[in-house]
Amino acid sequence: MKHLLSIDDVDADEIRSLLDLAEGFVEVLGRDVPKVPTLRGRTIALLFYENSTRTRLSFDRAAKALSADVLTFTTGGSSVSKGESLKDTALTLQAMGPDLMVVRHGAAGAPWRVAEWTGLPVVNAGDGAHQHPTQALLDVLTVRRHFGNVAGIRAAIVGDIRHSRVARSTAGALVALGASVTLVAPRTLLPVDLSGWGVSTADSLDEVLEDLDVVYLLRIQQERGGGDVFPSIAEYVGRFGLTRARAARLRPDAVVMHPGPMNRGVEIDPAVADGSRALVTQQVANGIAVRMAVLFRLLAGRVAP
Amino acid sequence: MDAEYVERAVRRIGHEIVERHAGADDVVLVGIHTRGVPLARRIAAAITSIEGTAVPVGELDIGLYRDDLSTRPTPRLARTHVPTDLAGRTAILVDDVLFTGRTIRAALDAVSDLGRPDRIELAVLVDRGHRQLPIRPDYVGKNLPTAPNQRVSVRVDAVDGEAGVWIEDE
Repeated sequence: MKHLLSIDDVDADEIRSLLDLAEGFVEVLGRDVPKVPTLRGRTIALLFYENSTRTRLSFDRAAKALSADVLTFTTGGSSVSKGESLKDTALTLQAMGPDLMVVRHGAAGAPWRVAEWTGLPVVNAGDGAHQHPTQALLDVLTVRRHFGNVAGIRAAIVGDIRHSRVARSTAGALVALGASVTLVAPRTLLPVDLSGWGVSTADSLDEVLEDLDVVYLLRIQQERGGGDVFPSIAEYVGRFGLTRARAARLRPDAVVMHPGPMNRGVEIDPAVADGSRALVTQQVANGIAVRMAVLFRLLAGRVAP
Repeated sequence: MDAEYVERAVRRIGHEIVERHAGADDVVLVGIHTRGVPLARRIAAAITSIEGTAVPVGELDIGLYRDDLSTRPTPRLARTHVPTDLAGRTAILVDDVLFTGRTIRAALDAVSDLGRPDRIELAVLVDRGHRQLPIRPDYVGKNLPTAPNQRVSVRVDAVDGEAGVWIEDE
């Protein structure tokens, strides 16, 4: 494994081995001294072209828990506002000597270009509406840690599938590990072509609610045009929101997941978000362990320059 | 070194630990993966049969602490777990073969991240020499003179289905 660009490049065995590794890092993060010297002397560059707090902080925390140094580039107040291209920024950052780059960008494919230009290992931390592989890994780790396995789990991913890199990535990982996945969304928010996804679809949450082990809710992404394709928020909540009444109909052991940030009162009722079914904070905690596993896999075993 | 010899060495190490610590009340055995873990369990069982007290046994994976990660393939991580607070106790690291000392150097870092024992000691089944670091064992099953290019392979029942120590020429 040289890069982690798309979850589709990672086969089921490799996903399992990354999850096994991540379990070891969950243990490390629970210690009195939650830090290991493994990547001492290595530098990880975070190149973030989109606002992102949790993903950037999570990579930062993961790198530091492995004793790597972190160079962070974000677009606010940077040379991007002075017109510098992605290529020039990537090459400038590369000249500062990092061993790996973590890239988030609004354009699908940007991390692949950075990998070509720099020759460095690259982790895709989200590119447009395309891929977000570490999110997929933390989601399947969360499911596996909660249920003990992923195979046979019945999951629904609900909401703006079309504009969601999280849906693309997490559905891929769940299906690869043998879960059955139903996409629940207004037709206007489903991708045009679902061939190759290995999933089924449903037109409302009520159709599938009582059969689910996992309800995975997505945020309506106003910034990617996701707010313009259904008549009103109230109508969306009426068919797709996880209200208290719907949550009460879930199986007793079913869980609720969300990649954050949550729109309380839209896709998820505040009481459900704070309830005992919600694994949202576990997802965040597992995200650090998964990113440690990815950085470890890509950098340990490589000769430092 | 056959299975019987290994068993006698394990019992003798148990006796030495009990003698040095006037019992085993504050002792924690910490096995280093892979073969140090079953050896630690056997030493603990020997101490229990001598003293009648149970000794906590922990396990340690030192993969994240190695200084040679860049030249070895990515290792898998095994479980790291110490069942008791190390503060106020003596942690005895247990490994099968002591060679360059680098594994023990890594284990010292690893155990220090899990807590602060009063003392750390080292028990090994085989000391084959050729140290590259200033590390010495406190309890030794057998000193085995070897050439640097020979392999010493320790097999234990719990991992290999047989017990004994073999020297192989590369």
